[in-house]
Amino acid sequence: MTRIDDKFAALRKEGKKAFVSYVMAGDPDYDTSLELVRGLPAAGVDIIELGLPFTDPMADGPAIQLAGQRALAAGMTLERTLDMARAFRETDDTTPIVLMGYYNPIYSRGVDQFLADAKAAGIDGLIIVDLPPEEDDELCIPAQQAGLNFIRLATPTTDDKRLPKVLENTSGFVYYVSITGITGAAAAQANVVAPEVARIKSKTDLPIIVGFGVRTPETAKDIAGIADGTVVGSAIVSELASGKSVDEVLAFVKSLADGAHSA
Amino acid sequence: MANDLFNSFMTGPDEKGRFGQFGGRFVSETLMPLILELEEQYENAKTDHSFWDEMHDLWTHYVGRPSPLYFAERLTDHLGGAKIYLKRDELNHTGAHKINNVLGQIILARRMGKSRIIAETGAGQHGVATATVCAKFGLKCVVYMGAHDVERQAPNVFRMRLLGAEVVPVTSGRGTLKDAMNDALRDWVTNVRDTFYCIGTVAGPHPYPAMVRDFQSIIGKEAKEQMMAAEGRLPDTIIAAIGGGSNAMGLFYPFLDDTSVNIIGVEAGGKGVNAKMEHCASLTGGRPGVLHGNRTYLLQDEDGQIQEGFSISAGLDYPGIGPEHAWLHDIGRAQYVSITDKEALEAFQLSCSTEGIIPALEPSHALAHVMKIAPELPKDHIICMNMCGRGDKDIFTVARHLGFDMSGPEGRSVE
Repeated sequence: MTRIDDKFAALRKEGKKAFVSYVMAGDPDYDTSLELVRGLPAAGVDIIELGLPFTDPMADGPAIQLAGQRALAAGMTLERTLDMARAFRETDDTTPIVLMGYYNPIYSRGVDQFLADAKAAGIDGLIIVDLPPEEDDELCIPAQQAGLNFIRLATPTTDDKRLPKVLENTSGFVYYVSITGITGAAAAQANVVAPEVARIKSKTDLPIIVGFGVRTPETAKDIAGIADGTVVGSAIVSELASGKSVDEVLAFVKSLADGAHSA
Repeated sequence: MANDLFNSFMTGPDEKGRFGQFGGRFVSETLMPLILELEEQYENAKTDHSFWDEMHDLWTHYVGRPSPLYFAERLTDHLGGAKIYLKRDELNHTGAHKINNVLGQIILARRMGKSRIIAETGAGQHGVATATVCAKFGLKCVVYMGAHDVERQAPNVFRMRLLGAEVVPVTSGRGTLKDAMNDALRDWVTNVRDTFYCIGTVAGPHPYPAMVRDFQSIIGKEAKEQMMAAEGRLPDTIIAAIGGGSNAMGLFYPFLDDTSVNIIGVEAGGKGVNAKMEHCASLTGGRPGVLHGNRTYLLQDEDGQIQEGFSISAGLDYPGIGPEHAWLHDIGRAQYVSITDKEALEAFQLSCSTEGIIPALEPSHALAHVMKIAPELPKDHIICMNMCGRGDKDIFTVARHLGFDMSGPEGRSVE
């Protein structure tokens, strides 16, 4: 059992949907970012997705691209990202942290070294966008062996034939990408997503969280209502980029969390 | 040694798209089903005579293949050593080898029922080739090009627009070829159902490296036959320039199992391969990593963040290299060297003055290495170099480096 499994068990008991929020580690700088991350649980965030900055984020839209560039410019690295998780764990030992990013910084460090360090830092799961099931030997299987969840993305192009392969080595939860596209693009529509979630649900007992294209408390409610929870990323990152204070951003996060939890 | 098949260098990639540890399919789940469909379609096309008949017809009547194998007599005399042949792929329609591959991919896209073609381009040669073939077949074409390259390659931008393509200047990241590829991938993931991504080099997720190599290997096949006709034997050394590595892979591949043939790839050394990273020599100055769908040698920092390359040649300005080259490098079947901007400029001028051929800056790198080794080699040593593109697109860059102001009617020397 990881913190992710515990969290979903607790939510189920309360009859609540999960609200997951994404922030880029180190955006706009380490201290501000840590302050934001530390405030997320009190704002109603059930699971934190911590973005690992990368120079070439091929699946991300402009908001998260720019956040990554700001973080890198401020000196963020994989090591500093793990530092941030460690610092967060000093005051919170229950909120799950999922590291989300691309493979190369991890590969560059060495998979075994990375997994040991990530586990020790209090990371619970990984979402690595450029590692499909075809490359499971690289990180997915070693990660599960090291006790970390490897959360897979399922997408509108994942057909029935392919779905079992996508679900096979997934753990923690399934992240359903609501649109074909990049983060922060088109708006997710609950009536389009619902049958897809149902299709995946019929093949797995894992919770299904829907992300990409969720920006408002209303959408968060609608989408959480047809799944086990929802993720917001670009909208939060954009609030921070627009010059708002950490408290103002956390107030926005709370409105989203309230939306999702009212579903 | 019982069976030559087991010792062949030509059997890659394996079913996972790997050449040794390199290659693979490092893409997001949204693209994965399409990559698998493309692989299946390509495997079918490979053994389908009607596919290759169409290719050969277009190569012959539209591109102008076979390109000549030309004995560069004055260049040979000037260097005073090895006998130098040039494979004249700069004579192709659109002025470079890029169209060999574009034709194959567009025919495949048509077979797959895709109506919209996207491409990335650095110097603009692949973009021009893609825009050209799309115009010929009446397909919608969108070309992603780094904003920085749009500025330095204005004539090619205008060519693409004349040919009906939409050119999208890419401002994400630092606005170079690598960022253009990122944005092309973002477009593809968004428009995956009607769009075909026409990749310009032997990189990207499997099956692209193998597919592009197969389409480009017409260069090496012709060169082999032409060399047999001209000299009655294989060349001793074959040489080509490498950015991503498609012209080089095209020349090298048919010779991989001819172990008497030395194979040399020439990377862009920029201002010199050193810690300042002012070069694009991924093999000489990089280490293995994962980017743009494949594992290969990359220019990257300690943290695995990708670094920008630097080269006088926009076509070589890419921080990676095709995975098959990475493998050939590691097993030692091919040798990889680097040439600086300054050396490439000297070679550019030598080709103009001794052979009346204005080369692109990319093959000028290969020629610069020929200039280094040919004088030391015996006169019966045969070198075959791929002259993969013509230099019309580069005259502005070269003029600036040589101190000529092109704004006046005569040109004048500037300080």
